[in-house]
Amino acid sequence: NQHLRKIYILQVENVRLVDRSSSRRTQVGTLYLTATHTIFVGKGSEDRSELWVLHSLVCDVLKHKASQNGYPLIIHCKNFQVIQFIIPQESDCHNVYISLTRLSRPEKYEELYCFSFNPNVDKAEREHSWDFLDLKAEYSRMGLPNKLWHVTAINREYRVCDTYPADLFVPKSVTLPVIIGSSKFRSRGRFPTLSYYCKENHATICRSSQPLSGFSARCLEDEQMLQAIMKSNPGSRFMYVVDTRPKLNAMANRAAGKGYENEDNYCNIKFQFIGIENIHVMRNSQQKLIEVSALRSPSMGEFLMGLENSDWLRHIKSIMEAGIFISKAVAEEGVSVLVHCSDGWDRTAQVCSVASVLLDPYYRTLKGLMVLIEKDWVSFGHKFSHRCGHLDGEAKEVSPVIDQFLECVWQLMEQFPCYFEYNEKFLISIHNHVYSCHYGNFICNSQKERKDLCIKEKTHSIWPHLWENKLDFMNPLFKPDQSQNQGLLRPRTAPYCFKYWRRLYNRFDRELHPRQSELDCLMTVKEETQQLEEALALYEQKLAVLDKERAKTLYMQKGVLESKQALWSSPLDTSLANTPQDYIGGFIGGAPNVFTLQQGERESAELCLFGDKPKSSDADNSDQESGVADFSSHSSGEESLPSEDSVKDPDSDETGPNRA
Amino acid sequence: MEFAELIKTPRVDGVVLHRPFMPTVEGTLCLTGHHLILSSRQDNTEELWLLHANIDSIEKRFVGSLGTIIVKCKDLRVIQLDIPGMEECLNIASSIEALSTLDSVSLMYPFFYRPLFEVIEDGWQLFVPEEAFKDLESMTDEWRLSEVNKDFSVCPSYPSLLTVPKDIDDESLCKAASFRHGGRFPVLSYYHKKNGMVMMRAAQPLTGTNGRRCKEDEKLINATLCAGKRGYIIDTRTIAVAQQAKARGGGFEQEANYAQWRRIHKAIERSNVLQEGLIKLVEACNDQSHSMDRWLSKLEASNWQSNVKEILTTACLAAQCIDREGASVLVHGTEGTDSTLQVTSLAQIILDPACRTIRGFEALIEREWLQAGHPFQQRCAQSAYSNGKPRSEAPVFLLFLDCVWQILRQFPCSFQFNENFLIMLFEHAYASQFGTFLGNSVAERLKLLLSQKTVSLWSWVNRPQELERFLNPLYEPNNLVIWPSVAPQSLLLWEGVFLRWNRSTKCLDEAYQEMVHIIEYNKELQNKVNSLRRQLAQLETEDGPLQTP
Repeated sequence: NQHLRKIYILQVENVRLVDRSSSRRTQVGTLYLTATHTIFVGKGSEDRSELWVLHSLVCDVLKHKASQNGYPLIIHCKNFQVIQFIIPQESDCHNVYISLTRLSRPEKYEELYCFSFNPNVDKAEREHSWDFLDLKAEYSRMGLPNKLWHVTAINREYRVCDTYPADLFVPKSVTLPVIIGSSKFRSRGRFPTLSYYCKENHATICRSSQPLSGFSARCLEDEQMLQAIMKSNPGSRFMYVVDTRPKLNAMANRAAGKGYENEDNYCNIKFQFIGIENIHVMRNSQQKLIEVSALRSPSMGEFLMGLENSDWLRHIKSIMEAGIFISKAVAEEGVSVLVHCSDGWDRTAQVCSVASVLLDPYYRTLKGLMVLIEKDWVSFGHKFSHRCGHLDGEAKEVSPVIDQFLECVWQLMEQFPCYFEYNEKFLISIHNHVYSCHYGNFICNSQKERKDLCIKEKTHSIWPHLWENKLDFMNPLFKPDQSQNQGLLRPRTAPYCFKYWRRLYNRFDRELHPRQSELDCLMTVKEETQQLEEALALYEQKLAVLDKERAKTLYMQKGVLESKQALWSSPLDTSLANTPQDYIGGFIGGAPNVFTLQQGERESAELCLFGDKPKSSDADNSDQESGVADFSSHSSGEESLPSEDSVKDPDSDETGPNRA
Repeated sequence: MEFAELIKTPRVDGVVLHRPFMPTVEGTLCLTGHHLILSSRQDNTEELWLLHANIDSIEKRFVGSLGTIIVKCKDLRVIQLDIPGMEECLNIASSIEALSTLDSVSLMYPFFYRPLFEVIEDGWQLFVPEEAFKDLESMTDEWRLSEVNKDFSVCPSYPSLLTVPKDIDDESLCKAASFRHGGRFPVLSYYHKKNGMVMMRAAQPLTGTNGRRCKEDEKLINATLCAGKRGYIIDTRTIAVAQQAKARGGGFEQEANYAQWRRIHKAIERSNVLQEGLIKLVEACNDQSHSMDRWLSKLEASNWQSNVKEILTTACLAAQCIDREGASVLVHGTEGTDSTLQVTSLAQIILDPACRTIRGFEALIEREWLQAGHPFQQRCAQSAYSNGKPRSEAPVFLLFLDCVWQILRQFPCSFQFNENFLIMLFEHAYASQFGTFLGNSVAERLKLLLSQKTVSLWSWVNRPQELERFLNPLYEPNNLVIWPSVAPQSLLLWEGVFLRWNRSTKCLDEAYQEMVHIIEYNKELQNKVNSLRRQLAQLETEDGPLQTP
């Protein structure tokens, strides 16, 4: 607190933090606004809880109608956290609202948290963090350059295409004039270039933006470019051109002098529309999904119909199907594919990267997914700043494009539980940091902008940080040596194969998740197994040598191993397991005093930095049941609270007369 | 009657069997009195053995002289048989139809089945009320075992022995029984050791429109309350439904007459509605059209997940009253044989760790379903593919299992059994070689002499060889009350049952195997490390004490 007092901009006392799942877990404390965070410090108990929220994660601040206790302020975050404060004074509430609104909508990049984030590492280490991923190494892993593909230097200064990276792979056979001609015929100069190369059969996934074909325009260089790409796959006699837009949208673009390839003008192409909706449709769809996920105790019907009406899973399915089409063309037909949408940085990025995950087991490893995001998203100019709304700007530019990619990967993990090295926490962590502006990786809209802003000199890279924590992100069921895992994944696309991603959208609603986690449990077992393996090796060595003195030290160590066994049962989140939900609807509110059904909420809302799950302090959970005993200590301070749950019992017209 | 009369064509060659996600098999189709068998005569391909009782309905189709029979099973599987020859096909079809709809219970397979294993522990003797009562007696002396229903005359759907408050005599029980639907007077369902609270169950009181009351009934349930304590009556019906029941002679407890009790109404669907839901749900799951929208609306329209949510919520409420409020609970719906049992059995799973073991769960099914008089034979006569108008079929037990599965998903380390155990129970409730789920009540089972003439499911399941595949590798016993989430976001479709035949389980099986492997390897290492440690310790002691204080 000492530290906080010095740096806060605003401080408000006696603020209530409302737990959305249960009004009984409301906490009173102090709210601070600093330059970078909103911080709530609960008062009272010894284990003082704190809530820290980065301003860059805030997407919306809302004032609600005054209630009995004060003025509610609702904060919606980009990681789907919803925070509700009740502030006693209207003026304070307004000040917080104004400040937070301003702080969460920075106008300049320099205001973003990554520029002030200063972990305790030296300069060399920080610079080194940016070398953690090397795209050159990734292309050489694919087998490039080779005799057919090479890096062109044409975009070194970002002059041909300022949204593309400096280094791009093109067929060796194309000349510079062809590239320049082709780039002039493509939206934003985004000419066809390589995204993925399949060593085994030389088929490639290339990407570009839409051609400026209008109703009849054609471009010889562009046609030569496609021909060269097709020819760089010696075995094939044609290539696919996949336009990921709905046909109608693509046709409409022709009127604006844009459009799609005419099969008659390009030899040996097979043209295909896929029909993924645009960023505006996706934004609205996710908005509806978020509303559904945030419903408080919805009925099953409300939830399912809300899910359906959001159309979200339908969009996920269409992206997945596009990825499947491309991965099959490459792996099964050995045919190269050129993918584009309008500008080639949204749907194109989604589809290329989904196809890559399906095709190449490498992208199903921790490092591989990082590389894939760095390549297909960061380097190829997915407009992170616009899509994630890092800066105050055009709301229409915001769209959950990368959310959808991460969700496709999650859907695949559900279908193929043994084929991914990472678990869903990894995806959720990436999602969080895409929006948090904590690290510099996802700042700006292109490589050029990042270079101009000296991102590498001024900020830190997320990837080494994730790598250091990789134990948390490992899938215990991963079987890297599995023969099936070497090849193409063939996911099913029946509607029931696409599921609601509760862990992402209800990430902060702890009471909605399984109280014991299979994942955590298996991870603990695996960790223990590793220790046992080490112990075993040591014991065997000792026995062989029969070095008695050292054998004795080892014997003394056994305590360490034995205490480890208790971990085995710790994944049970005891406090939650012992917390009944509101199973009664409005029953509590209407009950006479003698009959008050209280919920035994033994835990005060536990909050912590970035919402990471607090560790259960008590690993031994055998005597945690006595929630009833805690009633008295809890209820005294809460009597004045309005019952947030006082929804009318559907049967209350009956219970009324009976009470009388 | 001879089965032979019903079998017009006992065997046909050249029949082709199609099953989803499996290679087609060509072979000889044989019909026996109880089975449809297809064998390919090649040693390594598997045969199909299907109990006629498992067949829910069939469809015939003809293309030229090639006939096709689509067989839809109660376990929700759909298979296709291509049968050369129109006459053979018609014969087979009519034989299957006749054999799968036999009216007489005594012609069912369990009466003909002879186990190929030695029965070591007879399942019929495993869960007797006297034993359960002994456990109760060790905790409290306020209850007694009454023989009032010895000849099933007081309540035909109750067992002969019932646990009732010690202070209530048999005469009062008879009077209370006459005040309850089907004679199902309030009896003990569960005793919560931690705080001595109890859960009772009954059928609706017969108050009728003029508000009849019964002093003995009031006395009976008040006898379960300590002085000054109050209890909750959980009526599984909405107040509107309960009101309507008055017109038919039923009703609910008026609080004026039950002053120490507070009534809560919940909204668990009646059983006839549930059957429609099952049919719709399975239709949606089998719909191979690839539209996302249709799937979610159909899932919603089936109301299945809503039913799961409502049942679980009610069970949680009952458990909460007992454990958190320290209040006793009486649960009833209309007949007290369906939703009532769902609630009382699920509440016990939440409250009582013993019910989460295999034996404990078997005992729970015996106590709260079989002996409590859930009419299995009526409810499970048909499943999701029945064409006819449902009579009294309803997936009441399946919904219960679904709810258990939901809790299991949320507490994957708290159950000794795994999902396969629940699926197995679903299958055997609908069609089985064992007699356990035959009949509708204890009285009927006695009359059928099931324990003499058939083998109990438990005799088979509890053999170590069988039990192995039903054990949950993650199980770590814990003594906690487990409170599940009942939010729609937390409840999942039970794919293991409803999509079981529409998906390839290769990847999921692999994951399960891997999980088993991880845990077994860990245990193996632990054993090795322990034995090495002992060896080292031994060496050390042989060397005499080297420790320094």
